[in-house]
Amino acid sequence: MNIRFKFDEPDTRHRLDQMSQDIIGKAFDRPDGPMKVSGQATYAAEWEVDRLAHGVLVRAPVARGRLKSLGIEAVSAMDGVIAVLTGERFLRVPAQGTENTAPHQGASDIYYHGQPVALVVAETFEAARHAAHHLALEIETSGPAPVDPEASDTVREETDRSSQGDLDRAMAEAAHTVDVTYRTPGHNSAAMEPHAAIAQWDGDELTLRGAYQMLKFNRNELADSLGIPAEKVRILAPYVGGGFGSKLGISHEGVAAALAAREIGRPVSVVLSRQQVFETTIRRSESRQRIRLAAGEDGRLTGIGHEYLVSNLPEEDFAEPVAQATPFLYAGEHREVVEELARVHRLLAGSVRAPGEAIGVTVLENAMDELAEKVGLDPVELRLRNIPDVDPSSGKPYSSNRLADCLVHGAERFGWDNRNKEPGSERHGEWLIGQGMASAVRVNMLAPAEARVRLSPEGDVTIETDMTDIGTGTYAILTQIASEMLGIVPDRIETRLGDTDFPPGPGSGGSWGAASTGTAVFIACEEIRRRIAKRVAVAETDLTLVDGHAITDNRKIPLPEILAGVAIDVVGELEPGKAQKARRQATYGAYFAEVAVNAVTGETRVRRMLGVFSAGRILNAKTARSQCLGGMTWGIGMALTEALVHDARDGHLINHDLAEYHIPVNADVPQIEVDLLDERDDWANPLQAKGIGELGICGAAASVVNAIYNATGVRVRDYPATLDKVLAGLP
Amino acid sequence: MKAFDYVRAPSPAEARAAARGAGAAFIAGGTNLLDLMKLEVMAPATLVDINRLDMKTIETTDEAGMAIGALVTNSDLAVDPTIREHYPVLTKAIVAGASGQLRNKATTGGNLLQRTRCPYFYDTSQPCNKREPGTGCGAIGGFTRMHAILGGSDHCIATHPSDMAVALMALGADVEIEGESGMRRVPLDEFYRLPGDTPHIETVLEPGDLITRVILPPSPGGRQTYRKVRDRASYAFALVSVAAVVVMDGDVIDEVALSFGGLAPKPWRDFAVEDVLTAKPVTPDLFDEAADVLLANAAGAGENDFKIPLVRRTLAAALADVTGGF
Repeated sequence: MNIRFKFDEPDTRHRLDQMSQDIIGKAFDRPDGPMKVSGQATYAAEWEVDRLAHGVLVRAPVARGRLKSLGIEAVSAMDGVIAVLTGERFLRVPAQGTENTAPHQGASDIYYHGQPVALVVAETFEAARHAAHHLALEIETSGPAPVDPEASDTVREETDRSSQGDLDRAMAEAAHTVDVTYRTPGHNSAAMEPHAAIAQWDGDELTLRGAYQMLKFNRNELADSLGIPAEKVRILAPYVGGGFGSKLGISHEGVAAALAAREIGRPVSVVLSRQQVFETTIRRSESRQRIRLAAGEDGRLTGIGHEYLVSNLPEEDFAEPVAQATPFLYAGEHREVVEELARVHRLLAGSVRAPGEAIGVTVLENAMDELAEKVGLDPVELRLRNIPDVDPSSGKPYSSNRLADCLVHGAERFGWDNRNKEPGSERHGEWLIGQGMASAVRVNMLAPAEARVRLSPEGDVTIETDMTDIGTGTYAILTQIASEMLGIVPDRIETRLGDTDFPPGPGSGGSWGAASTGTAVFIACEEIRRRIAKRVAVAETDLTLVDGHAITDNRKIPLPEILAGVAIDVVGELEPGKAQKARRQATYGAYFAEVAVNAVTGETRVRRMLGVFSAGRILNAKTARSQCLGGMTWGIGMALTEALVHDARDGHLINHDLAEYHIPVNADVPQIEVDLLDERDDWANPLQAKGIGELGICGAAASVVNAIYNATGVRVRDYPATLDKVLAGLP
Repeated sequence: MKAFDYVRAPSPAEARAAARGAGAAFIAGGTNLLDLMKLEVMAPATLVDINRLDMKTIETTDEAGMAIGALVTNSDLAVDPTIREHYPVLTKAIVAGASGQLRNKATTGGNLLQRTRCPYFYDTSQPCNKREPGTGCGAIGGFTRMHAILGGSDHCIATHPSDMAVALMALGADVEIEGESGMRRVPLDEFYRLPGDTPHIETVLEPGDLITRVILPPSPGGRQTYRKVRDRASYAFALVSVAAVVVMDGDVIDEVALSFGGLAPKPWRDFAVEDVLTAKPVTPDLFDEAADVLLANAAGAGENDFKIPLVRRTLAAALADVTGGF
């Protein structure tokens, strides 16, 4: 039976707090962990499939052109080569998150260097790769292709503008102003598991084992790409080795594998090389951001301007929403947000962990640091003075907002008062020491979600949804929610994910997976509780379930006795409703970082870092903390090392592997501390939980770069703060 | 990856014989070669596996130096007690390179022969005179952050990636080579060739030549350091590195050997720089003078311009460290 619940009103019942199993919120180990570390969790490319053939995608070596011929003769006689495919159903780009239909298709129109234009299928992976390398592609280049968003001949269009009040006047009249331009480079998600798919047809039915984040949408995208009904497609992705946005939509490998498998009548696997992951999946757009801040003598903001230039391929809609949090983070009645989109022939720009805030809050928080100095105010105090009572753009109240608590608590934990007060004045040997801070903010969203919960007559629970666990902890938190609600120990709960045969979840993205899917499980569990309550003739709210027993009227009854041989099977369906729009919903936090900058070389090492976050109820203290640790580590990478570099002549990606695209290594990451301020956000959902998967990156890099300024007196406004940029300002 | 024949060599002579054929390559640790083969930047027809050869010992030589077998792993070499005590610059340089896992596999001979990490060399969609002679240089006019400021040519500005070789250069090491005409010893400085108009020829090795040992002269003693500047704390190639070996006589530099990584197509040693410093009392001006000589012919290509001030600063800091002055 299906129970549908539309979330229109705040839920003040705090049901999870009334339960007795005492597992929600705890640092519960993820049930899938031992399988993952012992190699037993099967990722997309690891399934053993009979008669499997191997496909390798062929890259276009130019940024713009038309494929005239594949030059198959060069490889058709090679050992093991089975087929070479191309065609109009090949994807030009992967789908964006929640796109739900086929993205742009067609292999022969080349839009960016590295675009897959064909698939070579062979008996072995090595043979396929060799042949893919030796196709004699004939390509007609079609004139110069702009690859630089800021070049004079690049097309730029204004895609969004909103304003209130008169920012120019506010700037002219303000006691203190900041008007600065920062640049951030492109980023790659660099998930540990490369994109991979195995396609297998049974008649006209396709099974695809893939590495995707949002199966409900991916199924439709794949079916539409192939021109077949969605009912004929099943996608399996029980384990996904990281996504961070790069696996939101159906991608080249899935569609190519399906086409090839149908063509040759055998299962086909397509695994992207690391270079292909960089060149063909998704990049975070680079940005140019101009921030204007107008403030009074006391540092209270009167105006905020955020103008930004981002880029994407021609014909693509996505523009990194850089200023997503700018309208509501700080006070100021005069506001202006302007978005410009440049059309460049670089690979698709799309969602990379916290699209918008990851770079937008970061730069805003750099500008706030500059303002604090101009006003002569402690950077923490400046922020505290500018936390509004209500969302200043919409007038809506906040569902909850503990930014001030995060700032105050963090400052105390970090020892902020002992910081170096004069930039460049604290030196230990060759090392200049400095501290910096930044606020964190990320919008909170709820998405439609369904989950089945089945309580067997023996008292075992099975949870099923096509929701994914991309390393985030979905298996753990859904297990915990059911355990808490139904009083069943986790060992007797099996959570099954990542199969489109299961009820559709929202997928992993936008930090909404845990709260949305968790609510669907919660809804189903509440219904199961009602059924049990009815059988023991108590009000559901008076029913205590713990350790497989119902406790009522001083009686402790084993569940099997109550169930009497009959299972209870409920699908919970969440429909987001008015509650989402009635309040400004977001998560908040604060970062504090201490860096050492080498006075000789300009090298920066982060010495310690603290993040304090508030994201509603914390469902699992361990997995939530891990998300924040990961986000802050990304922040260190954004601050110091990570940058996609494109050749200015042909746009090809220069650093397309993990040796040259520098994500932080262990030695770059110091002891990071995370404090989570637990709260209940009644407007978020019946769990009172908010998303936490992206919050940890939203401003983290600013705390590091602000610390570099504090250490050296050098403002780096061009991310990342590599040593050459720091060196340029050192004596 | 192109299919290849695999031969396991039971002796140096048989290894050399197998490697004389067209398109043959030795493989030891394979930490670089296998990557290049997957990308078909290199596509040897035959791999001659030399891992079973008896070249894994570190011994004292008759001249009171050290002889390091070509198959001694980077990890083993770095922790050898004699090396650590008497040639600490070598240990420091090795552990500054790559990662623990790579150092466990990479060998002494292989480390010397690793190829540049120039991204245009690695990307077969780009022109590269080193990979495909005559196609041009993609790096010139392209992205040059990692590239050479010394010793490059109009045909190639790639840098040599090794840290170990920089230290060996400062220590005055020889490479022992078994070839057609028997054994010979080549000073490391003469072992590498500058690109000129043949950047694909990187060393003096002839087909079938096998590196058997690296010979170190007696320890120079003194103070030794290896200073590596890079974009992240580990697993990143040098933007600039300095190996410095100095013997002081009071305040005066009695002997000095310097070599540099990240600056040139080979580990860079310039004796004129050492001449400036030798027999002089230590002053900050002296370090600057040395840098002036080092950089007299330096030229940046754009993104790598910063290497010029960076090496000046790094050299001064390294010299201050080992001379105890300024």
